[in-house]
Amino acid sequence: MLELNDVNTWYGSVHALRGVSLSVGEGEIVALLGGNACGKSTTMKSILGWVKPRSGDIVFRGERLIGKRPSQIVDAGIAPVLERRRMFPQLTVRENLMMGAWRRRDSKGIAEDIAKMAEIFPVTASRAGQAAGTLSGGEQQMVAMARALMARPKLLIMDEPSMGLSPKYVRTIFDLIVNLNQSEGLSILLVEQNANVALSIASRGYVLQTGVVVIADRAAALLENPLMQKAYLGIA
Amino acid sequence: MFEQLVNGLTQGSIYALLALGFTIIFGVLRMVTFAHGEVFMVGAYAGFVVFTHLQDNLVLALIAAVVATFLLGALIEIVAFRRLRNAPHFSSLLVTIGFSVVLTQLARLIFGAEVESIPMRQIEGLAFSEIRIGEVYVSYLQLSVLMVALLIMAATFLFFRYSRLGTAIRATAQDHEAAMAMGVDVNRIFTITFAFGSMMGGIAGVLIGFYYNLFYPTMGVMLGLKAFSAAVIGGLASMPGAILAGLLIGVVEVFSVDFVNSNFRHLIAFVFMFAVLLIRPQGLFGGGQLKGARGD
Repeated sequence: MLELNDVNTWYGSVHALRGVSLSVGEGEIVALLGGNACGKSTTMKSILGWVKPRSGDIVFRGERLIGKRPSQIVDAGIAPVLERRRMFPQLTVRENLMMGAWRRRDSKGIAEDIAKMAEIFPVTASRAGQAAGTLSGGEQQMVAMARALMARPKLLIMDEPSMGLSPKYVRTIFDLIVNLNQSEGLSILLVEQNANVALSIASRGYVLQTGVVVIADRAAALLENPLMQKAYLGIA
Repeated sequence: MFEQLVNGLTQGSIYALLALGFTIIFGVLRMVTFAHGEVFMVGAYAGFVVFTHLQDNLVLALIAAVVATFLLGALIEIVAFRRLRNAPHFSSLLVTIGFSVVLTQLARLIFGAEVESIPMRQIEGLAFSEIRIGEVYVSYLQLSVLMVALLIMAATFLFFRYSRLGTAIRATAQDHEAAMAMGVDVNRIFTITFAFGSMMGGIAGVLIGFYYNLFYPTMGVMLGLKAFSAAVIGGLASMPGAILAGLLIGVVEVFSVDFVNSNFRHLIAFVFMFAVLLIRPQGLFGGGQLKGARGD
């Protein structure tokens, strides 16, 4: 569904992605792992059209994405949930959701989706009129996911969904991700530092280090990989 | 006394409109423009030309100013801001100063340096017909100015509060990267916002030009400064703040003419502003994001 082929992205003179190749299949959850400044965010920005790779290919459902504008990539069916949720703090929860549907013009479909979000994420209904900035971190993560889903994406890219949340909320969020994946057939690219949690729901994973994919394997195998255990899973 | 209050509010409502445009631009782009006074001047002349040469209709004059300054604002944003998005802020500031000089000189080239006025026979219907409200006599012109200014302000609030585009502009002001993630074309939002703010300046230009019936190339200089000051006093990104500050300055100015001397009215206005800032350095509604379209 999504395929990155030998992607090289530069920031000025910094070679941030060095020949990154990865893929996400239809209906698959894939984890993209790695520490700080390993290139996870740059990979995401390259997919979203926020930075333009110098070489390589990014193909989504047969469509080449490199050179397209961010809005066209949303149209193609990719929606991100950004790191730290990035609510529009002074907009209401409902207005935040409406912004998620910015590229859509089908007001009937949008209204249906708002109702659907109220079922999946009750907080979007119970706090609909409240400024999003006043919600707790966990609640904001729900709204952020609902907002991204309002674009009716086929691929959801989630950037560090576990960051700054209590373990209880992390569990809730990841259960929701699995549910969305199973009930809607939504493909998910999970960009995470927390490899344990990510691999618990992903089918495959990639490990990035200084802009290079150093390991690519099935999730179960990654959990057993001694290198992974030492560097990312906290097992000595 | 009460009549003077109406005079002050009329003048203040124009300052408020001008400051509001400035505030909207700053609130979204986080950038200051020094061409706002000259955009105002262009709006005034656009209205003047249509009124004197085409048809003496205030509404047509306003429409001409709206179109001219909206387009001019879009042009300024694209040249001074979009092209220089990654340059230091000072570069954009400098280009807006360049625009203000070029526009003033162009106006001088086209209209000459002298003060122009609408011929009496065309404007006397507006300026000298009065209606009585209670004990106060208000001219049609004054009433028109107040009504137009209030109408534009109300429309602006409704636009930001309820419209799809207005919500997107607020969202962009709060987090333009998150807006981009929703597929919002942030560049286009910036251009529209700047054009919209400029348009409000243009409307203010027509109103003040007609109110005093004076049109000259440098008419925007002092007004631009006052609008900037009103925006700062209001809190720089606060729409209610800009409106309140504009009205206050208008009233203070008119009363200072009464009690001191009309030669000192600018002085009094700026001394008043200093005083406000000494007491409230952050402005009346200071701090943070573009405010006012919600109860925040």
